Order: sequence, then structure tokens, then C-alpha cells
Amino acid sequence: MTAIGSEMYTLSVNGREHHVRDSWIGESLLFVLRERLGLPGAKGACEQGECGSCTVIIDDKAVCSCLVMAASAQGASIRTVEGLGPDGRLSDVQQSFLDAGGVQCGFCTPGFIVAVHHLLDSNPDPSDLEIKEALSGNICRCTGYGRILDAVKQVSVSRRSTAKDGAR
Amino acid sequence: MNVSVVSPPRSGTLGTNASRPDGVAKVQGGFAFSSDMWAENMLWGATLRSPHPFARIVSIDVSAAWKINGVEVIVTADDVPGLNAYGLIVQDQPVFAKVGDLVRYSGEPIAAVAADHPETCKRALEAIKVEYEVFNPVVDPEECIAGRAPEIHPHGNVYRHQRIVTGDLSVEGDVVVEGDYEIGMQDQAFLGLEAALAIPDSGGDGVELYIATQWLHEDRKQIAACLGLPEEKVRLVLGGVGGAFGAREDISLQVHTCLLALRTGRPVRIAYGREESFYGHVHRHPARIWMRHHATRDGRIVKIESRMVFDGGAYCSTSPAVLINGITHTQGPYKCDNAVVDGYAVRTNNPPCGAMRGFGVVQACYAHESQMDKLAAACGIDPVEIRLLNAMETGDKLITGQVVNSVAPVEECIRATAAIPLPPDLESDPDFRDIPGGSGRTADRSHIRRGIGWGVSIKNLMYSEGFDDYSTARCRISNGVVSVKFATAEVGQGFVMLAQQIARTVLGVDEVLLDTIDTQVGSAGSTSASRQTWMSGGAVNAACVAVRDKVLAHVAQYHDMDVANLAVDGTDIVDTRGSFRVAVADVISHLDIDETAEYHHPPTEDLDENGQGNCHVAFAFVAHRAVVDVDPELGLVKVVQVATAQDVGRVLNPLSCVGQVEGGIAQGLGLAVMEEIVVTNGKVRNPSFTDYLLPTFLDAPDVEAVFIEEFEPKSPLGAKGVGEPPCISVTPAIANAIRNATGRELPRVPIRPYDVCL
Repeated sequence: MTAIGSEMYTLSVNGREHHVRDSWIGESLLFVLRERLGLPGAKGACEQGECGSCTVIIDDKAVCSCLVMAASAQGASIRTVEGLGPDGRLSDVQQSFLDAGGVQCGFCTPGFIVAVHHLLDSNPDPSDLEIKEALSGNICRCTGYGRILDAVKQVSVSRRSTAKDGAR
Repeated sequence: MNVSVVSPPRSGTLGTNASRPDGVAKVQGGFAFSSDMWAENMLWGATLRSPHPFARIVSIDVSAAWKINGVEVIVTADDVPGLNAYGLIVQDQPVFAKVGDLVRYSGEPIAAVAADHPETCKRALEAIKVEYEVFNPVVDPEECIAGRAPEIHPHGNVYRHQRIVTGDLSVEGDVVVEGDYEIGMQDQAFLGLEAALAIPDSGGDGVELYIATQWLHEDRKQIAACLGLPEEKVRLVLGGVGGAFGAREDISLQVHTCLLALRTGRPVRIAYGREESFYGHVHRHPARIWMRHHATRDGRIVKIESRMVFDGGAYCSTSPAVLINGITHTQGPYKCDNAVVDGYAVRTNNPPCGAMRGFGVVQACYAHESQMDKLAAACGIDPVEIRLLNAMETGDKLITGQVVNSVAPVEECIRATAAIPLPPDLESDPDFRDIPGGSGRTADRSHIRRGIGWGVSIKNLMYSEGFDDYSTARCRISNGVVSVKFATAEVGQGFVMLAQQIARTVLGVDEVLLDTIDTQVGSAGSTSASRQTWMSGGAVNAACVAVRDKVLAHVAQYHDMDVANLAVDGTDIVDTRGSFRVAVADVISHLDIDETAEYHHPPTEDLDENGQGNCHVAFAFVAHRAVVDVDPELGLVKVVQVATAQDVGRVLNPLSCVGQVEGGIAQGLGLAVMEEIVVTNGKVRNPSFTDYLLPTFLDAPDVEAVFIEEFEPKSPLGAKGVGEPPCISVTPAIANAIRNATGRELPRVPIRPYDVCL
């Protein structure tokens, strides 16, 4: 399998260049991140862009990495859940998911964390309905979403109060 | 003046929102789910499945597949060294269907391959040629009960037939209501797909399996029998579990993965995709239930008659136990002296069904709660009043003759739910995302009608009918470090957190290490039946108490004190009759203690031929009130709010309890209005998340929950399991709310748009 239609290409993930060698050209970005680059944070749960577990940010857009051919992501800037916390520490969104009880089995969690970062970066003060709509492409089977809603609201409030303090 | 100062519980102990020990890894993406397991020199495995629901295998030709570069091994039934059958209650399901034998459902495994890449596996499966003699599938359970269907399996077409007969059957009610109800096939749809990594021992005479499962020891027993190995040669380690909800009770890829690893001498990982997952695990039983209630004119139930038919599909799994749960919960949380119930679980060529959260009680509850609304209407009584009037209490006798000796706060659950404020009326100009149809902008405000509905339920806890589903735990102190070990499957519910809370509380320490969850300690039983807080919580508690008693004995001896006066207070050991106080950490720094404990619940009995017997261990109760908006012309439904009060015994972790309640309600909503595996002529028509619809963030209702805390004296921690009740009566509550809004009978769930509007 390794030799079929393969050639070397480079992906930029979390600010680092990764060379992908000896791969099958048909591999999805999700597969390459998980199986070739040692970044298992993005999860596969539906293979058709329905559940959002594989969400990554490509050039400031939140996308399902299961629907992207890895080789086609050359030249793009890719961010995964592993690249969100400063220096390996927890981001505010990650901390808030823990504080609010937004994590149970945790399988949907990385996709949610990426999607929430993307949401709050583009809309720092979302209404409850805006949060629900923005995250309606991410499925959680354990929590019923209530604790996740709380987690997002807590980050939004704390970011705004930090911003206000900074402005004083 | 009396001043009592109650200090708040210490952080991380019982009753607090302790943090999950796996939480940081889960939010950072580093937590190793079973699908993330990797080993040097690893191969990929994949499974060939029958497209036909009922056929005889004439031949299997694997020669073309062998020629594909990168294929390392192909295995079929001929390669199974031990028993070519598994199953939780009876071993009637083949590891692989054999040439000359039958395939009994669409998706039945026939062969497996191991290769260098998932794509190679896929091509190899496509190259295997299987010739079938295809038969018409048996898909109607009534044909099996009547004995008119061809025999699907040598074990017969009826898994179990059980009657319950009690009281005076000549009693007739002043008011009689009846209905035929149908419950569709629901999928557990955990997000973390089936995956496992098998690593063969260097001698090839044993294997280690990293697996997402609900019960490591039961898996090991079945795997070892199929592999023809002694159990000690099969070691299981829990791989991270991405949800379970009953779908991981049965064997799926365990034997296949081990077999490929043993045959190649290399590590093998199998990871299902979503479509294969629909074929790879059992589902919630579809059921047809007829029920007739007799009541006095003022609404008191005097007799219930019912017939329940559960379609178990092609293999037995837990069908006999699901049936018993269904029929023994016919009366719901209500008093009833006279009853006759006839229950069947049958074999068909439909997909195999087994455990899913609620385990038979979901189906029964949908019928009895639909009936309660009919009865209320027939008697001219409010739906809440009729439930209060009939509410069960501790000491009442069930239709099985068993006395409910659990705490039974049914009335409190109903009253507390009713006290939760209703949501505000729908605005005159609502946001389109808040109305039925949502972002589709399809519903018209002027057409929308609001409805309110109720559901109340009783759920048994732990395994039933004589099963001793004990749990084991080990607690150690070594060099001042406390560690706890158990084989309890952590599937997301948070037992890992609870185990630490127990140890911190009992031993007065802050740091508690958790050992690997594997088969190197005794069985914990299954993470099922709302049982692990009670059972494994009981085992961890007992092991920690045994260690604490040794620590106290050591202190008593060292300081020449009476051990009876010593107790753990916070992180200190104190003399309750004096001023002596010493830090636990100082005492244990030089101690070595190792205690293992088993926790068993009181024994239960089988049912006799009249369905009489003390078959259940304990019960929990819950009430749900649903508020819905419906567009009756388009058949669209928006569940606005679900209010609930749940009997939990004692809240051990508030955030975890809320998480279980909200999550269960979303699953119950799914069964009410969205989720169904559509099966026609034995074939699943929607095995994907595009076509099998799960509740999203916008579908989930606002949940208002309160907990009824009445310490359960039978439970080792005073707490009842919290996991299943939330998903049981919410489904009929939503259905009753839609009936209330539309005036339609709606005998079937899920309620589809065309059920409402046509």
C-alpha cells in the first residue's frame, strides 16, 4: 500500500512543519494527523462530517478533518486541539470544560474545544442561541450539552471581564 | 447558646464536585481511547460481513485476497481454535459463520483480514468471494411466536416466554382503557467507535487486548473460550472508552482482533467505522406492547393486563433478561394488586438486540405512561393527580410479589417536578432557532401549539434473577502513597473520580493514585444497570475501610489507646474522647498495607412460572415533565423544557449527577422524536449519522433538575445509581406533551413528522 501513488508532502500543524513520507495519497487529513504525525487529539466518529469530533482549524476556518484530503492541505496553516493551550498548559476553554462538568467520556471533547475556540475568536459575546447554533455540528452523546453550554458561557464572561480590566 | 459549626466537605471528597483524574488528558486530546492505541510493527484488521439477513454460505474463496500485496493473514471459521460461538447468556452467536451454515442477520461476520494499511484491508475484503443460497428473512416476531416461521437457529425462535399472574383476575374496573404501542429500534450511538489493539505473547500462547468494553472479566471469559486458551493467558486492559450505553456489553471485535494477532504474531488493531458499528453491536429492542388498565371511577388502578413482544433479532445476547425487566416493570411506579402479563422475546433475522440504557424498562414505561394519560382522560382527572393517587410507596408489593424495600419517594418526585416553574410562553415574534424546524425556518408562529406531558418511572438497579454480580477492589498504602485498583470499566460516567472521592473521604488523604484498569484484579461486574456507584463504590469503600481500620489499629497500638475511640477527621486521626490528633499523612508514611474487598448485593431469585419471585435487588424512581411546541401541519416538534426530580439516595458528586440527568434526557428525547434504526426486510437502511438522527445542541431542551435525597440504607454509600432513570420516562413525557398539543393518539415512538401531520 505504501508505494501506491505516494509522494512526499509537507503539512504545517500547530506552527511546525511535518513531512509526510511513504503515505497513500488517498489518506484523509484526520488519518494523517492521527496515524502519521502522532497527533491523535482529533477523533473519527462518523467519516462524513456529521459529528464534528475531528474538527481542526485550517486557515481560520473550523473544518472536519475527515473530509479533507491530507495532501490537499499543503500550504495551509492547521491547528489541532494539541496546539491550543499555551506551552502545554490548559487554554481557558479547556479549563472551563473541566470546571463546568462538560467532559464525560471525552470523545467529542477535542472537537468541541476546537470549535469553541473558533467560535469565541470570531464572536466573543455569543448569545445562548448563537452558541447552540455554532456548535450544532458537534455531537455529544453523553452530556446532553447543558454543561458544555455552561462552559462556553463561563469563558465568554471571563474573557470579557479580562478585556474590560485591561481597558481600565 | 448552641453554636454548631459545620465545615464544608473537604475538596475532592464525597459530596463535592471533585475533578476527573482523566479530565486534563481528555481536554488536551492526549487521553488514549482504544482507537488511539498503537504498537510498533502493528497491522490493521478488518471484518467481512454478510450482506444478506438469511442465507446459507455455499463457499468462501479467499485466493484472490491472498494475492494482494500487504495482506498478512485471512481467517475464517476454520481458523477459530476454540468454541466458534459466544454470547452473554447462551453461546449461540458464531465468531464467523461457517461454510455450509447459515448467516442470520445482515452484517454477520464471515472472515477477517490483517494487512499493512486500512485501505489494503478494504481491498482484500472486496476480493473475497462468498457464494450464498439466499432465503427470505424472518422479520415478523408474531410468526415466530405462532411457530409458523422456519427455524432460524437450532436453539429455536423464542428466546423466552414468561408470564406474570397475580391477584384476583376476575376484578373488572369501572373504567377501562387500552392501547397498542410500538417502540422503534434505537442505537446507543456512542461516539467512540469499537476499537481494540491485540498484542500476542512472544511464545504465541497468549495475548494482551486493549479494549473499550463494559466488563473486562466477562469479555475475557468469552474470548478465552473462543481462542481455546486458559483465561490467565488472555489479559485485558481497558482502552479509553468513548461512551457505552449498553452497546459494549457483548463481544464485537474482541475475538477477531486476538485471532489475527495470534495468527500473525504481530500487534493488530481493528477499528470500526460508523457503518460497521451499526452492524457490530446490539441495539435497543424494538417492541410491541398491548396494555389494558382497569381502574375505579376515581382513578385507582385495580388491574393491569399486558402482552409484550420484544424482537431480539438473530442472536440471543441479553434478550431473556431484557424481557424480564420489561414485564416486571409493567405497573410502573404505581400500586397494583391484580395483573396478568404475557411476555415474549423472540429470534428473527433482524439485527441482534440487547442492552441499552434502561434495559427493557424504557419500552414498558412508554406503554404504561401512555396508558396513565388515557386513564386520566377517561376518569376526568388531571394527569398529575392520577399519578399521585396511584404512587407506589416503600413496602408496597409489586406484581411479582416482591416487596419494594428501597426508599421509594414517588410522590416527592412528582411534587418536586410539578413545583419547577414552567417556561415562559413562546414569544409573538420568536427567533426561528427557537421554534419547530429551527434553522430550516419552516414553522409558522401562528400554527404552533404548546403541549405539556408527564412521565414517571421505576427502574431496577443491579443484575436480577439470582445473578451475583459482585465487585472487587484493592486499596494499598505503600511508602505513604495510597492507591486503589479495580476492574470497573470507566465509560465516561466518572467512576474514576468517585473512587478517589471515596478513598479521600475514608482515609483522610488528598492524593489517591488509580492503578491500571485491567484483569489483574477480581471482577467488577459490568458498567451497566446503574450499578457501579453501588457495587464498585461498595467494593472500593470496603477496601478503603479495611485499610483505614489497620491504620487506626496501628495508631492505637503505638500510642497505647483504645482503637474504638479513634476516627479519621478531615486529614487527621483523632481521639473522639480526648485531645489526641495526628496527621494521616504522618502516620502512613512508613506503613505498608494491602487489602482487597469484594462487595456482593443480597441474593435474588428466579421468577416462577407465574412470574412470582424476589428477582430484583433495589429500585430508583424519577418523574419528568416535558413542554413542547408543535407545528401540527408540518409535524415538527421542538422540546422546549424538561423538568425532572430524581430519587438518587444521596448526591455524591453534584456536577456528575446533573451530567447524567441531562445526557439521559437527550437520549430519551432522541427515542421520542428522532432516533430509529430503520430496518426493512432484515436490512438496516440508515447506518450512518447522516440518516440516523441524533439530538444536536439545538435539539436539546432546557433541563431543570432537582434531586430527591433520601439516604438509601441498603446502599453502601447511601446512593442509588443515577444513570438509567433519566432516559426512561422522559420519552413518554415528550410523547404525552405532543398528544396534549395535537390531540392525536400517537401510539408509536419515535414520533415522525408524518405521524403528527397526516
